[in-house]
Amino acid sequence: MGGFLLSKTILIVIIFVITLVIAMYSTILERKFAAWLQDRIGPNRTGPGGILQPLADGVKMFMKEEIIPANAHKFLFIMGPMLAMTTALMASVVIPWGKSLKIGDFVMDLQVADLNIGILYVFGVVSIGVYGIMIGGWASNNKFSLLGALRASSQMISYELAMSLSLVAVIMSTGTLSMGEIAAQQSGWHWNVFTQPLSFIIFIICAFAETNRTPFDLPECETELIGGYHTEYSSMGLGFYLFAEYINMFISSAVMATIFFGGYNMPFLDQLGLAPNVEALIGTAFFFGKIAFFILFFMWVRWTIPRFRYDQLMNLGWKVMIPLALVNILITGSVLILRDHFNF
Amino acid sequence: MMIFLVAFTKYLIPLIIQLLVVLGFVFTTVAASQYLGPKRKTAGKLESFESGLDAVGNARVPFSVKYFLAAILFVLFDVEIIFLYPWAVNFKELGWQGFVEMLMFIVFFTLGFFYVLKKGALKWDD
Repeated sequence: MGGFLLSKTILIVIIFVITLVIAMYSTILERKFAAWLQDRIGPNRTGPGGILQPLADGVKMFMKEEIIPANAHKFLFIMGPMLAMTTALMASVVIPWGKSLKIGDFVMDLQVADLNIGILYVFGVVSIGVYGIMIGGWASNNKFSLLGALRASSQMISYELAMSLSLVAVIMSTGTLSMGEIAAQQSGWHWNVFTQPLSFIIFIICAFAETNRTPFDLPECETELIGGYHTEYSSMGLGFYLFAEYINMFISSAVMATIFFGGYNMPFLDQLGLAPNVEALIGTAFFFGKIAFFILFFMWVRWTIPRFRYDQLMNLGWKVMIPLALVNILITGSVLILRDHFNF
Repeated sequence: MMIFLVAFTKYLIPLIIQLLVVLGFVFTTVAASQYLGPKRKTAGKLESFESGLDAVGNARVPFSVKYFLAAILFVLFDVEIIFLYPWAVNFKELGWQGFVEMLMFIVFFTLGFFYVLKKGALKWDD
């Protein structure tokens, strides 16, 4: 029991720190990547090549004045960003980071809690994130914030429908909601993206909408709404909202890599005859490689595709994504039934 | 009782530890930023931002009913999707009979969906 608690606590703290570091360095990566695409240099003054920029930004966030507008609701104004940050950091619990490590006789799972309702847990936590944005936008008592919050919440709930529908097809073929089991089933090359490509495409589009990234960044589009729901925020309140967006991007990349791209599974790795611990660690490194690829993809799309108009966004979510996901469920069901019937 | 205890230690305790770590981080950060930042409040600074002009009226005005409609429809359809999840997990055991039964549910679901669309519940450009 003591060993169990200790190993879980160590794992939780390590993953917590890794999440924060990746989110911090995603900010500089985003700026460097944008600079590269636009033929600029990007931030390069703090440390060699600008490598210390995220730390400087963090210190700046701490040292700025926390301004709470006079006619804002004080308690909710402070609570909004805290709620957004908490929910963003809670979702990493169910993600399997690798195969279990053996230290002596002790087996250490690289997953904090393999909940048998893992996927539902992720959806639940992500939906609470909407409250963080809604509360912050409403409490600000600013017209831009309120409009941004309304847009954010209606966009997030609309795409959540298509997102959860797209995963129904995957669950039909895997037969489980546990993230650990879904990752374990995809050993070698048996990645779900090959059997469920349509489901993956719907899921990734919805992931862009859920994390408020371009082309669906209407809640904070600066040309219309100043800063959207975080117009009135300064100091760490603003820092939390921006940071929560990067953490959500990291978590949704991890979820996509786990459900569709085999998680920690690397093809042909088991044929090299490595020690189990080394194999597990290489698998974990490969998993982080997949996550990095998706994070870069998020940034690449940001500088490639222009923003949607609001009615286009809602039409895409309700009239294209949901029917497509339903059709995908029907196709998956028919194929699975026919395969069972004719044994092919 | 035993099953509950095992589930509690195996799943809930790590979740609780994670929640404590996260809450600890969030509260410390907010408190530290409150403590470290300067506090020089002026009337102009505390006004809500409206592109540099004086703020007009209150922001908490009634907003378009479309948003409310979208939220109600979300609740409705989300409940229906939640019914699909237990069926999807047990899809292979339920076989083709389960599939046909769920097909009927999905047909009703789709009928309701198209009714809502035809009624113009999601028309944003008028």
